[in-house]
Amino acid sequence: MEYEPVIGLEVHVQLETRTKVFCGCLTDFGAEPNTQVCPVCLGFPGSLPVLNKTALEYSIKVGLALNCAIQGFTKFDRKHYYYPDLPKNIQISQYDLPIAKDGYLDIGVNGQTKRIGIRRAHLEEDAGKLIHRGNASLVDYNRTGQPLLEIVSEPDISAPEEAYEYLTDLKSVVEYLDVSDCDMEKGSLRCDANISVRPRGTKELGTKSEIKNLNSFKAVRDALQYEINRHLELKAAGEQIVQETRLWDEKETKTLSMRSKEEAKDYRYFPEPDLPPFTIDKSRIGEIRKTIPELPKEKMRRFMKDYGLTLYDARLLVISKNTSLYAEERLKAFPSKDKKPVANWLIGPMAQEANSRNKELADIPVSPAALNEIIGLVESGQISNLAAKTVLTEMIDSGKNAGTIVREKNLVQISDESALATEMEAVIKENPKVVGDFKAGKENSIMFLVGQVMKRTKGKANPKIVRDMLKRRLTDA
Amino acid sequence: MDLHRLTAHELSDRLKKKEATPEDIFSSLQKRLAETEGKVKAFVRLADGRLGQIRRTPPQLHGRNAGLLSGIPVCIKDNICTEGLATECCSRILAGFKPPYDATVIRRLHEAGALVLDAKTNMDEFAFGSSTENSCFGPTHNPWDLDRVPGGSSGGSAAAVAADETILAVGSDTGGSIRQPASFCGVVGMKPTYGRVSRYGLIAFASSLDQIGPFAKDVHDCALLLEAIAGHDPMDSTSADIPVPDYTKSLGKDIKNIRIGIPREYFVEGMDPEVKTIVTEAIEKLKSLGASTHEVTLAHTQYAVPVYYIVATAEASSNLARFDGVQYGLRVKASRMIDMYKRTRGEGFGAEAKRRILLGTFALSHGYYDAYYLRALKVRTLIKNDFDKIFKQFDCIVTPTSPTPAFTIGERAQDPLQMYLSDIYTISANLAGIPGISVPCGFTKKKLPVGLQILGKPFDEETLIRTAHAYEQKTRWNKTRPSL
Repeated sequence: MEYEPVIGLEVHVQLETRTKVFCGCLTDFGAEPNTQVCPVCLGFPGSLPVLNKTALEYSIKVGLALNCAIQGFTKFDRKHYYYPDLPKNIQISQYDLPIAKDGYLDIGVNGQTKRIGIRRAHLEEDAGKLIHRGNASLVDYNRTGQPLLEIVSEPDISAPEEAYEYLTDLKSVVEYLDVSDCDMEKGSLRCDANISVRPRGTKELGTKSEIKNLNSFKAVRDALQYEINRHLELKAAGEQIVQETRLWDEKETKTLSMRSKEEAKDYRYFPEPDLPPFTIDKSRIGEIRKTIPELPKEKMRRFMKDYGLTLYDARLLVISKNTSLYAEERLKAFPSKDKKPVANWLIGPMAQEANSRNKELADIPVSPAALNEIIGLVESGQISNLAAKTVLTEMIDSGKNAGTIVREKNLVQISDESALATEMEAVIKENPKVVGDFKAGKENSIMFLVGQVMKRTKGKANPKIVRDMLKRRLTDA
Repeated sequence: MDLHRLTAHELSDRLKKKEATPEDIFSSLQKRLAETEGKVKAFVRLADGRLGQIRRTPPQLHGRNAGLLSGIPVCIKDNICTEGLATECCSRILAGFKPPYDATVIRRLHEAGALVLDAKTNMDEFAFGSSTENSCFGPTHNPWDLDRVPGGSSGGSAAAVAADETILAVGSDTGGSIRQPASFCGVVGMKPTYGRVSRYGLIAFASSLDQIGPFAKDVHDCALLLEAIAGHDPMDSTSADIPVPDYTKSLGKDIKNIRIGIPREYFVEGMDPEVKTIVTEAIEKLKSLGASTHEVTLAHTQYAVPVYYIVATAEASSNLARFDGVQYGLRVKASRMIDMYKRTRGEGFGAEAKRRILLGTFALSHGYYDAYYLRALKVRTLIKNDFDKIFKQFDCIVTPTSPTPAFTIGERAQDPLQMYLSDIYTISANLAGIPGISVPCGFTKKKLPVGLQILGKPFDEETLIRTAHAYEQKTRWNKTRPSL
């Protein structure tokens, strides 16, 4: 029998409000442990929560961007469980009236658009952080009470790769809204995955497992693949799948059982009596809707239309808000109507530079004019593509302009045939076999010879001219 | 002159005329305490039976009520947070807990110039009870008969006022915890409308029912103390943003044309015959003062006790989850975390607290929520609707505060249900969120005080003060003091 995976994701996004969701404590990342706390977020007896208006507005904003219906009437509920990082042993969350529900996010799967349903998005308070030192466990309550938006997808995802795309696109949308930095390393974006398998074409859901401890999008993808295989093996062996929560072990690349359904907690949700239910004005929702900027999908379409980019290029350039702003500034500033060279440079050498420096593309200090200059030098044949990459690296390191670097490093491309003839003859002489191959009809072998000339000229030779020269020389002979 | 015997408004006059100083009042209280506190035990953690220093915070006259209670001593129930001063809800689990902040009512009292006493009053653990017997410090004794309970849960505050060990006291009322002890101790006590007084800093029992309120020797003082502590607080999302009137303006007004409803369901079996006679006479007195009385019906009264014990215990089980030994209070060490939780809570909570946590946890459990908690909320709405209907035609409702006078210590301690029934007339007001006052209305043959309860429309404490004051002026039951 052929099976299909059914996947749903629960994503927690930490909203970047200045203060916590139910008190006035600051939310700065990296502060000394237990310095951003007060009786309210420490859950001291007698303290009471007061809702942070901005956290509510951010939640509505995300809900709208995910095409959700915003509840006109909503409330908070208490969820009960015992853990030392939860000072009240109560988490204020939302149970049956989430702020946003019934939305969707369109993702790209194999060049096609697939719509993933968003079941709900609700606001809740974060727990603290446990730090284990030898025999002792310490608690840092700075994170306690920071606003979290939990975004729950429908089980519409049918492959680990789709889950990866969904997360990438979701992160991208939230980032565009300026409500979270969505940094998984900092814990400002967290993901749990629910997975089951069922015979392809059937409707009924199989027994699911929930995977926790997923610390990167890659971990989500790998863990899901592992879990699918595990489910399929159990099916093949005729064994029962038990409903359980499993932890992803990144080092061992496998999931381990944490607790089964029988051990599942009864959270005893009930309405939070300290926060009265409230209504959200339609007009207020309208105002918040107006603050939503152009979102990645719209921007991608516009980049394709305005700058003639391919879907592939446009998608890469809108992936984060900063990248898109950086890219658009450079696309606009490029004097030619054909923007392809700019896109190539941004996605190619510049993205590589960013990667190797562990930075974002937007942090690469190459102004639109400087980029234009480099591209101009290449297009006019003054420097080779290879030399241009050297110029780029040097420019980022030293801040010098392209002209200076070309001069100082003597990178001017040699296009003069007479200056290249000696090197060419030497290469022909050293590689009789390759020359023979070419003459025997293996046209591609000429590229090896071009490469050798480039090497001898330290990349300065104009490869196009070298190729023409070689072709003429070897065909004439 | 025994200054401790006077009321706040009488003392204010003397202070203004410079016939006395706050120090005089305080030393008078200390002297009184030395004589009586050994018998009454209204306070907890008192060093050698004396009041401690007056709280170090000097009066910080500020805002609307600056000076309203200048120099007047006020004592505080042990479940209201006082910065740096132990606040333990009379529970072992909070042993040594010194809050890092003042409750909003404490701040307001400081602003009004009151001297908040550095001593907390006894109570049933976490306000779970109607007799102040469920205190880890032992019971408080009723100043009228030391073998009897003062009522509860704010029994310490009520007894301290009755015994002239303080001038004013603050308590909390979740199901009658101010009104019932006020009735048992022959003093005035009020539960304001839910949302009238900030709960910020009140260690929660049942968040949707709890309300802080005043204890006083007469209605005038009750009005002053209410005015000092009432008002919107941005730190409490359930506090109402409704202006606080000058309650003293309701004093001395007649009650002609006041329409009073007398609920038929409150005068049935279970009521002590003496209480019935005394309350009936009080109603006749109100009529003689020009009020009109009519029998009304509160049809869902019989469900009030069960609804209350589901809602209140459910919320309590949740509110008490935080007492786990991690951050403050008692911690019983164990090698595993889960055992630390279990042992801390096992040793920290008394029997009644455990009973209520179990009841509440059950009511909120998966599979039982709809049948218990949700259903209780629906009936709560019906109870509230009963009151709304009556208040369309009537200005207030008059009932006994409690079906009996103070019972003897130990009499009901082994019978929780019997104990729960002593709040039968008071809990409906908490479920409906409406205000209620208990004012002394006579004595039984054994010289035990009986209280008259007046219930009013939401945020209409003025009518309660007006009616209670008119009655008090004509009867002066409050002038009879216990002999200690």
